[in-house]
Amino acid sequence: MLEGLMIGLATAFSFTNILMVIGGCLIGTFIGMLPGLGPMSIIAIMIPVAISIGDPSAALILLAGVYYGAIFGGSTSSILINAPGVASTVASSFDGYPLARQGKAGKALTVAAISSFAGGTIGAILLMIFAPALSSVALLFGSPEYFALMVVGLSAIAAFAGTGQVAKALLMTFAGLMLATIGEGVLFNMPRFTFGIMDLQSGLGFITLAMAMFALPEALYLVLDPSRSKTEDGNNEIKDLRITRAEARQIAPVIGRQSIQGFLIGVLPGAGATIASFLGYAVERNIATKEEQEQFGKGSLKGLAAPESANNAACTGSFVPLLTLGIPGSGTTAILLGALIALNVQPGPRLMIDEPEIFWAVIISMYLGNLVLLILNLPLIPYIAKVLLVPRTFLIPFILFFTMMGAYIGQNNATELLLLVGLGVAATILRFADYPLAPLLIGFILGPMLENNFSRSMNLYDGIGFVVERPMTLGLLILAAFLIVLPSYRARRARIRAMGVADGD
Amino acid sequence: MGGGPLPAAHYSSRGDTTMALDRWIALIILIMCTGYAYTAFFTMDDMLAPFMRRDPIWPSTFPKVLSVMGIVAALLIIFGFEKGDGQIKAGEINYRRLQDYKVGQAVILLGLMVAYALLLRPLGFLGSTVGFLVIGSVLLGERRLHILIPVALIAAFSIWYLVQEVLGIFLRPWPFFLGV
Repeated sequence: MLEGLMIGLATAFSFTNILMVIGGCLIGTFIGMLPGLGPMSIIAIMIPVAISIGDPSAALILLAGVYYGAIFGGSTSSILINAPGVASTVASSFDGYPLARQGKAGKALTVAAISSFAGGTIGAILLMIFAPALSSVALLFGSPEYFALMVVGLSAIAAFAGTGQVAKALLMTFAGLMLATIGEGVLFNMPRFTFGIMDLQSGLGFITLAMAMFALPEALYLVLDPSRSKTEDGNNEIKDLRITRAEARQIAPVIGRQSIQGFLIGVLPGAGATIASFLGYAVERNIATKEEQEQFGKGSLKGLAAPESANNAACTGSFVPLLTLGIPGSGTTAILLGALIALNVQPGPRLMIDEPEIFWAVIISMYLGNLVLLILNLPLIPYIAKVLLVPRTFLIPFILFFTMMGAYIGQNNATELLLLVGLGVAATILRFADYPLAPLLIGFILGPMLENNFSRSMNLYDGIGFVVERPMTLGLLILAAFLIVLPSYRARRARIRAMGVADGD
Repeated sequence: MGGGPLPAAHYSSRGDTTMALDRWIALIILIMCTGYAYTAFFTMDDMLAPFMRRDPIWPSTFPKVLSVMGIVAALLIIFGFEKGDGQIKAGEINYRRLQDYKVGQAVILLGLMVAYALLLRPLGFLGSTVGFLVIGSVLLGERRLHILIPVALIAAFSIWYLVQEVLGIFLRPWPFFLGV
């Protein structure tokens, strides 16, 4: 591990890569603060830039920096104007915004920054311990296990989608997998589902799809509902960034607990930063003393520290399945996976052996990124927050324009823009009806890998026999089925119980 | 909208007599899946070379599996096998009251995006981008043209510079008749 760390340090501390971290964090914070652009959209916009850098380590460091920055920026806007740019920072606004209303915006931002820093750093340490162990296990996997593992990942994402949402998430996953079969596959030299259209020959671009699924619907929501982009009280004066020793002592145990809990939640596919932050908030409220519980929701520092450390640790945790198995557990890591593949890097257990400099440089850049956010971004926040004053009449056309640029630059093809608009409208309608969109994108990105591993296993075992011949594959597939059936079984039982005689209190 | 509970009017039940949007969508996806299934099961294998027919896996194998599973998932939603909590999440748009939102603006902006896609090549990047940004802002109610136009010009030019000169991706800046 030490050897790896050294390689990572050497790579990450090159001048360009430090610039990448700083630049990424600043860009991420800047854009992440804007309502309507979450980390997924920002990373998707930055991918063409990252790809043109050419060096995969630098590109991944840049994107990871953008990711942290975006989360930090999202917390800033939820604290200052109660407009979370990202779902995972909604819980931060519960106590962050009341603090800002009490004139303690500076203090709130400092607590958020320190918690994020601690969460991210503890997460990175855990990642460093977990990832090598997991990837040495993963080296034993063959195609059948990979296939089964991806099935488990996809079903976990559906299973965590929430009450009444499992079937919708599954349908979206299948839709993503089907979209991925469009074009000429790797294994077969024949175009599929292209309807003879030349532009579809190479398949849909994943950046276009990412933009259409996330950035465009969010921008359209801003147009449809002007109250979503409120900027009126963005003028809160931010001063007094310091916190006292007593306050630090108060939040330290919260940060410690939530960093570990958040990380573990982040490792699970499909759970991710949003669940980690809400759960972290709920847990801390439950274990707080009576008088501290009163404070939750009214500006408790603990209530702000909990979701902030949890969501950052979870973001780091979500890198574990990505880097060790090559399976993304969230929309954001799915986009990162797409970027890596475009850069000719195949994440998975071999990554650490074949290209240790990428693996370790990313981990080191996580420490660096957290440090940059703490010492560089925090003092700059009062200035960066001015971006919240940009009126929506300027903001929305620019967001739409950046969405189109992201899709256009990737393929250099105007048809891509028409596809973007079409898919974006479809995604907006799907969002109206509460269909989750991340499973579609994850399915789309995992699709080719899933099919390749499936085909390879079929070829190796001359049929579907691999499912029963390899116990681990069978076990994983049973786990996947269990994950899907369990939530609906529990919901059904709860409903039957609700219909029958009510339980006594 | 604070972190606290929302006014009751913000929630609406989905238990109406009309078919809810999510089931209509499932129906549309079902039709698409059926088309996909038809292609996978009946037409795709026609082009398969004879030697490939001996393989355990065909290009159509995976799509066949997917289409069946997609159809099952769509049917589960259409027949309402899984009941949701029936509430619209806070902060989401209630599509049943779509007329309360600025649908017209959204549609015109989408039209503008289509126009941008079609005009990007013939009109050149700078012209179409400045046009898109200015018209888009004006549509949304911006009237300070003396700020808007310089901002759009600077933005268009700096993005063009970044993409063409820094990233090295060709973007034709001027209209086609200027020959670049």
